[in-house]
Order: sequence, then C-alpha cells, then structure tokens
Amino acid sequence: MDFASIDPTTIIYNLMIAATPILYAALGELLVEKAGVLNLGVEGMMIIGAICGFAISVETGSSYIGFIAAACGGAMLSVIFAVMTQYFLANQVASGLALTLFGLGLAALLGHSYTGQVPPQISKLDLPILSTIPVFGKMFFHHDFFVYFSLMLVLFVWYFLTKTRLGLVVQAVGENHDSAHAIGYSVTTIRFFSILFGGALAGLGGGYLSLIRVPQWTEGMTAGAGWIALAIVVFSSWRPWRLILGAYIFGGITILQLNLQAIGVNIDIALLSMTPYAITIVALVLMSVNKSKKSLGAPGSLGKSFIKVS
Amino acid sequence: MKTNKSNVLQVINVSKKYANVLANDEVSLTLNHAQIHALLGENGAGKSTLVKIIYGLVKPDRGKMILNGQKYAPDNPQKARMSGVGMVFQHFSLFDSLTVAQNILLGLDKRQSSTSLLDKIVQISTDYGLALEPRMIVGDLSAGERQRIEIVRCLLQNPKLLIMDEPTSVLTPTEIEQLFNTLNQLSAQGTSILYISHKLEEVRKLCGEGTILRNGQVIKNFIPSTTTSSEIAELMVGKKVQSTIKSKSRAKNIILNINNLSIDSRTPFGTNLKNISLKVRQGEILGIGGVAGSGQDELLLTLTGESKVKKNTLFYKNKDIGNLNPQERREIGFLTAPEERLGHAAAPEMTLMENCLITAKKSKNLMVHGWINFTKTGDFANDIIKKFDVRAGDNKSLAKTLSGGNLQKFLIGRELSQDPEVIIVNQPTWGVDAAAAQFIRQALLNLVSHGTAAIIISQDLDELIEISDRFTALVNGSMSTPRITTELTVSEIGLMLSTENAPK
Repeated sequence: MDFASIDPTTIIYNLMIAATPILYAALGELLVEKAGVLNLGVEGMMIIGAICGFAISVETGSSYIGFIAAACGGAMLSVIFAVMTQYFLANQVASGLALTLFGLGLAALLGHSYTGQVPPQISKLDLPILSTIPVFGKMFFHHDFFVYFSLMLVLFVWYFLTKTRLGLVVQAVGENHDSAHAIGYSVTTIRFFSILFGGALAGLGGGYLSLIRVPQWTEGMTAGAGWIALAIVVFSSWRPWRLILGAYIFGGITILQLNLQAIGVNIDIALLSMTPYAITIVALVLMSVNKSKKSLGAPGSLGKSFIKVS
Repeated sequence: MKTNKSNVLQVINVSKKYANVLANDEVSLTLNHAQIHALLGENGAGKSTLVKIIYGLVKPDRGKMILNGQKYAPDNPQKARMSGVGMVFQHFSLFDSLTVAQNILLGLDKRQSSTSLLDKIVQISTDYGLALEPRMIVGDLSAGERQRIEIVRCLLQNPKLLIMDEPTSVLTPTEIEQLFNTLNQLSAQGTSILYISHKLEEVRKLCGEGTILRNGQVIKNFIPSTTTSSEIAELMVGKKVQSTIKSKSRAKNIILNINNLSIDSRTPFGTNLKNISLKVRQGEILGIGGVAGSGQDELLLTLTGESKVKKNTLFYKNKDIGNLNPQERREIGFLTAPEERLGHAAAPEMTLMENCLITAKKSKNLMVHGWINFTKTGDFANDIIKKFDVRAGDNKSLAKTLSGGNLQKFLIGRELSQDPEVIIVNQPTWGVDAAAAQFIRQALLNLVSHGTAAIIISQDLDELIEISDRFTALVNGSMSTPRITTELTVSEIGLMLSTENAPK
C-alpha cells in the first residue's frame, strides 16, 4: 500500500466530476419537492438522459447537442409522471417507482446498438489566468463547461426560490396547496412545469454521466445515482447551497474509495464500493433522529395529491 | 339604466348545482354601501357556495351579479380582487413555513418592492389596530394573529367589499372585540362587509342588515337589531330549537387524574403540552376551551392512548393507565371521540356496521373466537341509528356518504351506547347543524346524569358554558385551574383564554 500515491489535487479534481451528475439530478428534484411533488423516478429520468445524450452526440458528433437531447429526454419522461400524478391523481410514490423501472428498461432498449461506442470528446474550458494558478488551478479551474454550469444552476435555483415572486409561489404551492388554490394560483400548472424542470435536470445529470464522467454507454450505468440524488435533497434540508456540500461529499467518498481500491488497501472491494451508499444512509438516519419534519424543512404538502374541490 | 348608488353588489337569481344537490337556488342579495351585512344559515345552507361564487372560486350555473353598476362575473380570485372584492377565509389560506410578509405578498396581485410592502404592512396594522410583526414565521403565530394577516392582505388592495367567512370561530373574546372594532372602522370608511356566521348574538351586535339562507334558498332579509335570536334561529333551522335540559350536577368520586403531564407534539408547528394536572369526577362534564392549536389534539392523543405518556401521569380509578393502548383503554370503559370524523373516528370507506366493530367489538361482544357476529353487529348499528336519529340508508351505508351531522350523531352514539365510565369528546358539534348539535349535547348530559365522567374539548364557548359543570382553558399547551362554570363571567372566561398573560 502506498498512500503517498494518492494525490489530493487529482482527488479534488475527480470528485467534482463525480459529484456533478448527482448535483444536477438533486437540484432538479429539489425544485420538484419544493413544489410539493415527490418524484421517485429520478433514476429513470437520469438513465434516459444518459442514453439520449449519448446517442444524439454520437449521431451528430456534438457533445453540446447531446446535452440538449439529454435534458429533453429526461423532461419527456417526466411528462408521463406529471400527467399521471397531476391530472389523473395517481399515487406519487408508485408512479415514481414505475417511472424508474420504465426508464431503465426503455434506456436498455434504446441503447442496445450503442454499447461500446465512443462519444465525441468535450473540450476542457481552461479558464484564463485562473487555471494557471498552481494546485488550485488544476483542482477547480480545469473543468469542462458543464461542471461550472451545474454550480451556476444552483445559484439560479437559489435566487429563483428566495428572491423571485414566482419562486415564492412555487414554495407556497409545496407548503400548502389548498391555501395556494384558495388565493388563486394554479397548483396543477405550477407543479407540472416544476416536474418538467426536474426531469430536464435529471436528464442533464444522466448525460454528464455517459458523455463525460464515464464516458461510455452501458446498461444500468446510473447505478443508483438517482437514489443518491433523492437522499441528498433530504440531506440538504431542501436548501440549494447545501446540495453542493452533499453532492461533493458523496463524490469525494466515491473517488476516495476508488483510490483506495487502486492502491490495494486490505479491505474487501465490495465493502469499499458500498461506502458511498452506506454513508448516505447513515447521514439520513443521523439527520432524522430527534428532529421533527419542521426542523428538517420538508415542504408541508410534499407527496400529497392536490384534489380540487369546488 | 342607472343603478342606485348605494348598491355595491347585487346578486340576481344565482343558482349552482352539485351532483344532485342544489347548493344555491335562485339566490338574490343586495349589499349596500358601507354596511355590514350578515349572511346566516346552517351548515349546508349554501353560504359557502354563494361567497365562493362572489369571490370567483366557483362559477354559477345561472344568474348574474352586478358590482358597482357593472356586470360582474369573475373567472378566478385574481379577477375578483382586481374588481375590489377581498375575502378572509374561515380556514386560513396561509403558509406555515413562510414569513408574515411573504404570506401577504403571495395574496397581492400587483408587483411590490419588499421594502415598500413592509412599510405598508406596518402602516395598515397601526391604522386598524391589527398588530403584526412582518418578519415572524406564520407557523409560530396564534389563530388571531393569522386572521390579522388575512385581513391586512385584503386591506392592502383597498377592497370595496370584504367577505368574512366565520371569522370569530377561532378567536378569544378579547380578539373578537378587537375584530369588531376593526370592522366597524372599515365600514365607517366606506367598505361594505359580507359577514358570514352562525353566531346569532354576534350578528345582532355587529351587522346592520342580514339575509338568512336555508337549503340554498333565501328565506328572509332582516334587520338584526330588531329581530330576536330565537326568531333568527327558527328561520335558520326551519323549526323551533329546543334548549337542553340539564339535571343537577352530582359530582362524586375522582375517576380520572392527570398528574403533571408534559409531552412534545409529533406534528410540525404543533403545541407541546406543559405540566397539565386535572382531576375529573364521576357525573360531571369538564369543559376544556381554547382557540384552535392550543394543544387540544395533543391532549386528545394522550387520552386515547395514541401517544404514550410517562409513568405516574395518567390515573384511571387509581390505576396508572399511561401505557395502555386505545383498545386496552376501551376495554376498561375509557372511551374517546376524536374531532376528525372521517379517517380518525370512522373509516370512510367502511359501512356503519363495520365502523361499529372498530371500537365496540369487545365491550359489546361483537366477536366470538375471532369471528364476527354479524347479526349482533348489525343490530347494534341499527340500535344507534334508531336511538340517535341518524338519517342514513341502513347499517350498510358507507360512513363517507353520511352528512357531517348524521355521521357525528352516529359516532357519538357508538361511544355512548357502550356505557363508558369516562368519555372524552373533541369538538362534539363541529360542523353539525343546530338541531343535531342540540341532540348530541342532550345525549351527553343524559349520560353524565347516570354517573359517567365526560371531558368535552371544544372551541365553541357557548356550548361549553351551556353543558359543562366545570370549565378550564388550554392556552399554548398549558391549562388553567378548572372553575365552576356557573360562577364564571364572560370576561373571566376571556381572561382564561387570553394568550397575552399565559406563559409562553
């Protein structure tokens, strides 16, 4: 074993890449849950995004068009969920689980002929001056556009929720849909578009996975990333900034355990691979101990169907 | 054609039908400038439907409305607000986790900068005596403060017509006094107010004119100050309402003893119970008053056995029953009737007969070796239906198909027919029409005259004064010392209920 061979700079650099797909998906889900909808289909929307992005960028030769396709794919899948839960008032948990299963199956079908292909490379966006700073430059300013874009989106969602009137309305709908309806907001419309936004972001996360992180298409390649994203939303107490912390901690553990595997630490590989998931569970349990829903900050109407009476 | 200038709103022959119920049947109504107009009626008389139509939440099937001389048919509440109609809901349309200012902002249609909004909120709250702190989180506020938010929200849009839906049902007497001052000030400044209530004395005190609805039809327009309460009550119900007969209280031995009970609420923004001590005797009704959210739900859950309590806090016949579950408590004659009828007291999708089984299977021996005795269960249900005058098809009707009053009569009947030694009822007559409410109160009084001890938790002060032997109040999860009801004056009760001098 040679711990010295683990280079902190490389670890930080890699953890940002490992965290980005989860950050996208979690950010989308955060907004959806803020609007009072629990969409457990994140995993399914991610993998649809992964295959759509992969296939389109292989066909067109452009990663950027691929990313647009990934977002569209995720959003299109989420339309099914939105129609089922908002118009037919189907149970959100069951519909979300079904969406994940459907997404995984559909992605495998669509991706059949793309296994083993190589997507076009995306160029690094070496930020001028900043990227030349020693150590820090390599850690933080040597990434591709989509790493920075994910952080910009966190800023955007935070600003939207806390500073804009529409953001306040979204929160109001999630907090108490009966009150929001009584004042005269269209609960269904607001939730519908929130779900679409969540789907697009989950798709982007999936696209990042297949186009940059891995970059390759394999069946079931999301490997639970969607579920981790869901957990991180709870971990963040529905606050956008804390999502970055959650996603980067998870990304960090993933990269660290890979490094430990590489240098041959005397722990079973299965146990090491398990750590990110195990730590997510531990974090959630610790957060929920002795805390009411109020202090956790969960939206009041989360997961409840809005039934219009009048 | 020129309309009379003193008319603010004219409702002309408005009808609205739901499934097979005619909620509004050719309703016509005229609201005059700067008047407080009472809209009276029993539950289900069509008051809510009518005001929802005026506020744009419901579209009428037929009829028209004229607001300030112009045709008025709002598609949604935003349009109604823009035309100068504001509404304060009975169940507040507020968001617990947001601040007062955010809640107000959400109800406004025009764009406002947050600083000028804060100034305006402070301005209006001082002008009308509606004390509010804009940065507070709504979930931490009392019902009275929440109502002030709703009123300020309306006033910010300078309404010409303000609709108030049962505004005093959650207020303490002091808060009611403040509200009336505000409303009188508003009407003096030229705002018309449509005041919905079923509390007759209030209406007589506050309103200059009034309309009574029954079964969706306008029964009468009247002048409240010159009509007696019993005349109004008769018009509302359609027949004479009898008053309850109370036999002399014969309180005997202490049967239930709550000793220093403290418990943390399980719900967000719930109220923690603090050091509650209480002794209840056989043959008495102990009334517990208090505005909504003072800890009533939490207290009921500890008494039913749904929340477990610490050792040595809950004694029944000198035995510690703190860790008995609801079924075990029922078996020793300790029964409860929760407030929420559908989903807590009754299973909505089950028949009345099956609902009998839920609480009475042991006390009435409805099950033999784990098998249901259907004949016996059916007879028991029929007994209740007959004795408590429940208007239902038969004992196989689903609970959710009964009207609120009929289901409540059935559920109270189910508990009372099991010969309880202690019965705890939360909001016995909430959402129940006057005749059924009177029936339920009488049934409780009859039961107690045979030696049962009853705890009645209610937000209806008149009801508690009418039937309880001793009265106490829950305020922020603390309880005052019970007093003999007949020795209390209204202002003393007001003080007991007031949040201002209660420990926070």
